[in-house]
Amino acid sequence: MALDEVKIGGLGASRRRVEDNRFIRGKGNYVDDIVLPGMLHMEILRSPLAHAEIKSIDTSAAYAIPGVRMVMTGEMMAARNLAWMPTLSYDTQAVLATDKVRFQGQEVCCVIADDPYIAKDGCEAIVVDYEPLPPIVNPMQAREDGAPVIRDDKVGQDNNVIFDWEVGDKDGTDKAFAEADLVSEISMHYPRSHPSPIESCGSIADYDRSTSKLTVYMTSQAPHIVRAAVSLVAEIPEHMIRIVSPDLGGGFGNKVPVYPGYVMSILASILLERPVKWIEDKSGNLISTGFGRDVYLKGQLAVRNDGKILGVRMHTDSDHGAFFSDAQPSKFKIGLMHAAFACYDVPHAHLTAQGVYTNKAPGGVAYRCSFRITEAMFFQERMVQAAADDLGMDQAEFRRMNLVKDDDFPKRTPFGFLTDSGQYEKCLQLGLDAIGYDDFKKQKEEAKARGRLLGIGISTMTEPLGAGNSREYDILGIKMFDSAELRVHMTGKAILRTGAKTQGQGHETTWAQIVAHELGIPAEDIIVEEGDTDTAPFGMGTYASRSTPVAGAAVSMVSRKIRAKARKIAAHLLEVSDEDIDWELGRFYVRGAQDRGVTIQECAMAAYSNVPDGMEPGLDNTAYYDPPNLTWPFACYIATVEVDPETGVWDVLRLVAVDDCGVRINPMIVEGQIMGGLTEAYAMASMQFITFDEDGNCVGGNYMDYLLPTAWETPGFELHEVVTPCPHHPIGAKGIGECATVGGPAAFVNAVMDALKGTGARNIDMPLLPDRVYEALQTGKDIFGHPPVKTDS
Amino acid sequence: MTSLFEEVPPTAVSSDIPTTRVELKVNGETRAANVEPRLLLAHLLRSGFKLTGTHTGCDTTNCGACTVLYDGQPVKSCTMFAVQANGHEVMTVEGLATSSELHPIQEGFKDEHGLQCGFCTPGMMMSAKALLDENPNPTEDEVRWALSGNLCRCTGYQNIVKAVLWAAEKMRGPEPAAETEGE
Amino acid sequence: MYPSRFNYEAPTSLDEAIALLTANEDAKVLAGGQSLIPMMKLRFADPAMLVDINNIPGLDKHGKESDGSYRIGALVRHAHLEKSKSLPEHQPLIASAAHLVADPIVRTRGTFVGSVCHADPQGDWASVMVALRGSIISHGPNGKRTTPVTDFVAGPFQTVLAHNEIAIEAVIPAAKGTRAGGYLKLERRVGDFATAGVALALDMSESTVNDAGIGLTGVGAQTINASEAAAALIGSALDNDAVENAARLAAEAANPRSDHRGSADYKRHVIATFVKRIIANVQHAEMQVA
Repeated sequence: MALDEVKIGGLGASRRRVEDNRFIRGKGNYVDDIVLPGMLHMEILRSPLAHAEIKSIDTSAAYAIPGVRMVMTGEMMAARNLAWMPTLSYDTQAVLATDKVRFQGQEVCCVIADDPYIAKDGCEAIVVDYEPLPPIVNPMQAREDGAPVIRDDKVGQDNNVIFDWEVGDKDGTDKAFAEADLVSEISMHYPRSHPSPIESCGSIADYDRSTSKLTVYMTSQAPHIVRAAVSLVAEIPEHMIRIVSPDLGGGFGNKVPVYPGYVMSILASILLERPVKWIEDKSGNLISTGFGRDVYLKGQLAVRNDGKILGVRMHTDSDHGAFFSDAQPSKFKIGLMHAAFACYDVPHAHLTAQGVYTNKAPGGVAYRCSFRITEAMFFQERMVQAAADDLGMDQAEFRRMNLVKDDDFPKRTPFGFLTDSGQYEKCLQLGLDAIGYDDFKKQKEEAKARGRLLGIGISTMTEPLGAGNSREYDILGIKMFDSAELRVHMTGKAILRTGAKTQGQGHETTWAQIVAHELGIPAEDIIVEEGDTDTAPFGMGTYASRSTPVAGAAVSMVSRKIRAKARKIAAHLLEVSDEDIDWELGRFYVRGAQDRGVTIQECAMAAYSNVPDGMEPGLDNTAYYDPPNLTWPFACYIATVEVDPETGVWDVLRLVAVDDCGVRINPMIVEGQIMGGLTEAYAMASMQFITFDEDGNCVGGNYMDYLLPTAWETPGFELHEVVTPCPHHPIGAKGIGECATVGGPAAFVNAVMDALKGTGARNIDMPLLPDRVYEALQTGKDIFGHPPVKTDS
Repeated sequence: MTSLFEEVPPTAVSSDIPTTRVELKVNGETRAANVEPRLLLAHLLRSGFKLTGTHTGCDTTNCGACTVLYDGQPVKSCTMFAVQANGHEVMTVEGLATSSELHPIQEGFKDEHGLQCGFCTPGMMMSAKALLDENPNPTEDEVRWALSGNLCRCTGYQNIVKAVLWAAEKMRGPEPAAETEGE
Repeated sequence: MYPSRFNYEAPTSLDEAIALLTANEDAKVLAGGQSLIPMMKLRFADPAMLVDINNIPGLDKHGKESDGSYRIGALVRHAHLEKSKSLPEHQPLIASAAHLVADPIVRTRGTFVGSVCHADPQGDWASVMVALRGSIISHGPNGKRTTPVTDFVAGPFQTVLAHNEIAIEAVIPAAKGTRAGGYLKLERRVGDFATAGVALALDMSESTVNDAGIGLTGVGAQTINASEAAAALIGSALDNDAVENAARLAAEAANPRSDHRGSADYKRHVIATFVKRIIANVQHAEMQVA
């Protein structure tokens, strides 16, 4: 008499999404859809120069425009100690520039007016006198002797270096390299890219003097972190701040940081005593908000002749722009870059990392990166490809030689993480079979004889998700647990709130599925809410694929707490002792007398009408979950491509994806996440990047230059599944949100480089634009793409 | 609408700002407004008529989130002025469903997981409607081509294509029964 | 995102429109608006007045005339040309370019003539007009005039139109024989500006080229008329030498800049490659028909 789990929308059900009901009707509630009485509108004036002193700002013409209510400058904010704010990485960031602008697009003034058109008129009327300074657009320039110090606002900062960091075993690695049969070396730049959700950032700040309460509707993936940050910066008590993240039009890490625009809207609302709405335009979003990547690698693999990797050496230089504003676990300066090579059995590894300031927008950790894991895994698979080629060994064979075997778990990774589960070889083989690996290699040779260039690229990786356990992980000292609060009403319906914040991942649908799995309450009877700090339990938000591993686990745990109480109620109703009660999905029954039972709904009713003596009424609880370890999904992505030798244009023939993310809560949603991630991978590999010319002008600061692929270019994807449950997660799930973005790019790049094998070129920096591919074909040399972009003078 | 109260600028504030009256059909209903010429059609719909289903996602006419049907043709409502729409017909996402039924395109998007964050979805569905109105039996390539003016960041398009093909099949209706020989 | 203020007029006759332009120095014509409005939203353009010509009747026709010429009215949208069933046969070059302009949604509003008037060096239609030796017919207060497109485009985003003159029609002269040709554009994705593009038109009698024209997109300060390259094809039977020569001359006529889309050399190389490919496509199509 147990319920059918799939029928009630439990685990494994491809339940159609609850949130769709409003989105397909155009009834989503995004920040720009919200209108408050008396609301004013704010626009930001941004610097056209990448590096300049501000000589003067004349706002008088703006004030002369009817409808302009206020103009804010850095000076005004400085008078209130708000011109600078702390970042999530213990640095400071300018809210409005005072002495200097340090990147093109930096916020200089803002205008608050009756409507956004007038606010824009106001911005256009402001006259700023700049004295240009030489800009720095890459780490090499930042470290040159005599390079201007960008952060001369910081006491004691006399160069452009932010950090020097290292991890791993230098001596062991050096020894391994000394003993190697071959050292394979490759250098590359993972270019600056931008998460660019279609909805840009925005906020509506509403300070109510009568209640002293500040409410901010905001595009935030982590509303509780924002509440803490706002409390710190604006010196408003935490309980008087309410952050509401309504529907978000995508996030991808772009909506984690606290941006100057939010702070400006808050101050404006306090000063004007009216709600102030700031909706960022796409150009502002691309040019100033949290980008991802912009890391340079010098990578070396020490290998034995039979293909065994003996040691890994990586040096990374990361370009953080003008302020170190990255959101990442505080102990790790370069995020989880040292998760590289986690899927391989490599005895020694050493990573050194340096971060620098440049005259570019601040950030680095964002864009579906799981804290720099995108860079780590891209570098890993590019190094692996180069080493296999250098050895003259088949790509699949080389990986098989080094992949961790099923029996090896639990396994220390080269840099000291602990992986616990996986079937790496099985995933690789499934991928190779699906793409027809041996046949394709034959095809490739035949095509080459006829002047056609085909290529196949493999990318395999496991990545740590759910950062992470409180022993090691925190942002600004706040531990990275998450939470779930579940209330079951008397008729057995329920409301669930978590500390996560969905931006399209479908939490309203999937969290209910976990509760359905644990309690047998049909998923449709469970409402899920996230994003309002007044009602949601404290959480660290949704990014870095952490929600299923952490918040999802909390949902499971809180459901179990409720089931434990319901069990006692059941015993009371059935007039037996606790120990004689058994459970099947949706009901408790008397052991040995299965027909004598009560449903979970009957227990819920009893919680309000008939509890045993000494028990509190009600049926609700909260769980905070501190993950014991990270989770480790594994992926194998294989791409086949054809390159047009005459133009350098390349097309994807097929993309096979094998994902092992443990137990899949909602297979349909999991597949959606994979396909979205693969598209971003394709985008970065083929067309999407932000670069700079030698004057510090941003190329890629609007959608004409920053190219997202359309339905026409984007290839189709063939998805396959392996399930190796996570041994420590309550429902065995591992998380999937970013896997394809992490592992995908290398599949495409490896494929194109494979098509170019034999030309002498071992690397082309992403994006593999036609002209770069063509140049590699013609010259046989590696093609670098780091800024400044080469232009005619 | 009520004319019980409408605030206007006080006499001290000069108002030589030009405004024009526009009258247009929106989702079958005739609506009128006084607008400045520079008001974009997207903003008339969103801020004026409170039809916030149409979204704005860029400032360079690239993303297509603002796509509506204008006299049956898909247009980017951020790249038209409201005044141009005088005398014309506009359909937004709010006009897809009837009071009792979703449009097959909406059903298809839900059934085939053709949306995640939902932000590009209204524009995507309007482009899809324009396609199916003209071509009830498109190939996958024709669907991808027709949607190549609408950017999506979440889905990777594959399920969007499936959603449109699902809708096309439903809109075509059941295949007529084949004639059998000998009858 | 928000344009500055302007006055708006929507005349219903050409005379009225011209009178409005004459009376207002800082007025601009609004047709499709798919180039002008984005510029206004970024405040790269802020005309004091827009004269909307979309309500003037008679400007939306396109078709073949009795004298063999092809005319495209000012309000013919890109989409009309893209979806025309008869166009591929009469004007294969226009047909092949039509679906490469911008994206499908922009194509429902943007106009062929408006695009030529916008004179963007990365505009597709100007190259097509150059290849087809087309002309623009414009109306001003002093009447009509016809200007060959090579004289019409004066520089980047500049034409010879007086501020109170309206382009009302594009005319493509009759083919000297059978018209063949094609348009190839290297774009990184739909809607991107061209890295490089070639419009190539051939008027053929059997296998001999009677007349030819080549226009180049995105490889100079304005649309480039690769006249020497075109001349190299005239009189030929599209033999290998003639084609190679034309390709080389077209690449030399190009004057591209090195930028984030590629080096100048690369863009020249693409031009040469596309000349050869378009001709190869023409020959392949001929073989299929034969």
